[in-house]
Amino acid sequence: MSVGLLFDATRCIGCGACSSACKEQNKLPGVVEAKTTAYTWTTVKSVNPAKPEEGPYMRHLCMHCKVPTCASVCPVLALTKTPEGPVVYDSAKCMGCRYCMMACPFDVPKYQWDKAVPIIGKCILCAGRLKDGKPSACAEACPVQATVFGKHEDLLREARERIRQNPSGYVDHVYGLTEAGGTSVLMISSVPFEKLGLKTDLPTEPPAMRTWQVLSNIPDFVAVWGVFLYGIHWITARRGEVAQAKGPLTKDMDDHERHL
Amino acid sequence: MNQTATLPARRFRIGFWTGVFGIIFLPFLVVTFLRFFKGLGAVTNLSDKFPWGLWIGFDLLCGVGLAAGAFTITAVVHLFNLKKFEPVVRPTVLTGFLGYGFVILALMFDLGQPWRIWHALIYWNPHSVMFEVAWCVMLYTTVLAVEFSPVVFERFGFHAPARIIHGLITPLVIAGVLLSTLHQSSLGSLYLIVPSKLHPLWYSQLLPLFFYVSAIGAGIGMVILESYLSERAFGRHLEMDLLEPLARAMVVALGIYGLMRLQVIVRNGSFTAITSLTYEGKMFLLEFVLGVILPVVLLSFRRMRTSPRWLVTGSFFAVLGFVVNRLNISVTGMERAAGTRYLPSIPEIIVSVGLVAIGMAVFALAVHFFPIFPERKLEGGD
Ligand code: SF4
Ligand code: SF4
Repeated sequence: MSVGLLFDATRCIGCGACSSACKEQNKLPGVVEAKTTAYTWTTVKSVNPAKPEEGPYMRHLCMHCKVPTCASVCPVLALTKTPEGPVVYDSAKCMGCRYCMMACPFDVPKYQWDKAVPIIGKCILCAGRLKDGKPSACAEACPVQATVFGKHEDLLREARERIRQNPSGYVDHVYGLTEAGGTSVLMISSVPFEKLGLKTDLPTEPPAMRTWQVLSNIPDFVAVWGVFLYGIHWITARRGEVAQAKGPLTKDMDDHERHL
Repeated sequence: MNQTATLPARRFRIGFWTGVFGIIFLPFLVVTFLRFFKGLGAVTNLSDKFPWGLWIGFDLLCGVGLAAGAFTITAVVHLFNLKKFEPVVRPTVLTGFLGYGFVILALMFDLGQPWRIWHALIYWNPHSVMFEVAWCVMLYTTVLAVEFSPVVFERFGFHAPARIIHGLITPLVIAGVLLSTLHQSSLGSLYLIVPSKLHPLWYSQLLPLFFYVSAIGAGIGMVILESYLSERAFGRHLEMDLLEPLARAMVVALGIYGLMRLQVIVRNGSFTAITSLTYEGKMFLLEFVLGVILPVVLLSFRRMRTSPRWLVTGSFFAVLGFVVNRLNISVTGMERAAGTRYLPSIPEIIVSVGLVAIGMAVFALAVHFFPIFPERKLEGGD
């Protein structure tokens, strides 16, 4: 059973209950910031610059990718995808290379730039609460069910149903179905997704596959290249020995090489 | 007579450089202190939008890349058996070793928690390019140290270990070439994961190959440059009849590399970014003219290759273009997706310059105490 969130931008009223609940749940210091940081794991903001108070509003949080790019690049397995859905972080392993930040297609992991002993901060879909059978803190806090928690299949069905019943009120796409190989967090909206600040140029196959295509060939490559190099050595060393054995030819050979 | 003429001059130069070294070193210590007690934010221009900067783009990517001469030259001498290049081996292997030392030191600054670097050895993630790079860099630095160690052993009269290592040189060199091929190309693979972020002038599935071939080209350029610098600093250098064929190899490597780059750019349709001279287009032109066109065109002429001045100029362009290329990939090409510009902070530059200075100082000391360069003049030929 894999779970996730569904965010419906047409319902969000921008109250910010989700981001406050997240701060409290994860004991993050300070007030909710305008952008996600190592200390603010989710934000809500208006994406209507002309009339901010009219919305629509948009949440930013970790998408909990099905094949998470962040987990694929982390050299020390500090980021992992749990079978339940959340992509979690183990700060005890992290060495702070920040490759996850560089690689995440949704720009989610953030860093404690102000700390001498820094760690990464990112939404972990309340993995701890999930274990106790509770929904994520943000979904629980949302007064209008703009963010709902549930089984992934159910959420997807629900999203499609809302679009089907109100085709003029929604963009005909569930964001997160195909983006970067699919994500556990899904989003639907009445305005085009790029207007919400979401990336719409993401590949549909997980970026991790591109790296794996190369990395998975390494063992074969090492074997072939190793034998090849030894072969070169064997041939040229033989040539050298033969030249040596013939004695006077050695010098010719040097001259020959010089003019190669 | 020759000796008496050069000695005072040499002493003056070393005095001068010691001064420069001291001037760089003080701020370096201050920045180091701030870095470790106040965090990365206090000294760098890095941010959540731009998590990798100068220390990755220059110190890691260029440090490793420009040390590629070591595996190339050892392969030429020990695998291709072109023994006449033997005199090039020692200075090149030493630079390689110091280059990797430089990279590892720089990582100590860049990693958030460098004291955990050994985590890469116990938590394995074979899906991570960074994991592979970490292993290769560690193993290859060891290989370089072993390859260089006979020089040290012999200096102190330990002939037995030197002989053992000499007997193992073929497997050592093969291991070195394998490891280098892997991680030189893997530094390119690091960027395969960002198809939606890196500008198409630089993004390509062929990035690993590009990194490998350009490192061979620029690595050879470094060998030539170094010979020139050593001549100026220590009055020791490599002979032109060794450098001229190296320059030819560099032209071939850079030529192949340049053609492949152009082919990819034409195919993926980003050529218009060059012709319309966008910011990225201009930076690409800078890198390509410096790093490929100038060295290839200049050094295609035998007359240029055999003139020390032009040989050094061409190699200098190749190395410079290489550095611009790596910075383009790590900075310029990522800026648009990040939605911000990044310029390194003064402390970031101080650290990079300071580390380079340490590397050069160690090189100078090594040349002073160990027989690194062939001493033809003093010993009257071999
Ligand atoms: S959105 Fe980014 S941080 Fe979240 S799981 Fe996907 S790759 Fe990882
Ligand atoms: S910063 Fe930490 S979590 Fe992110 S990739 Fe590096 S080691 Fe892994």
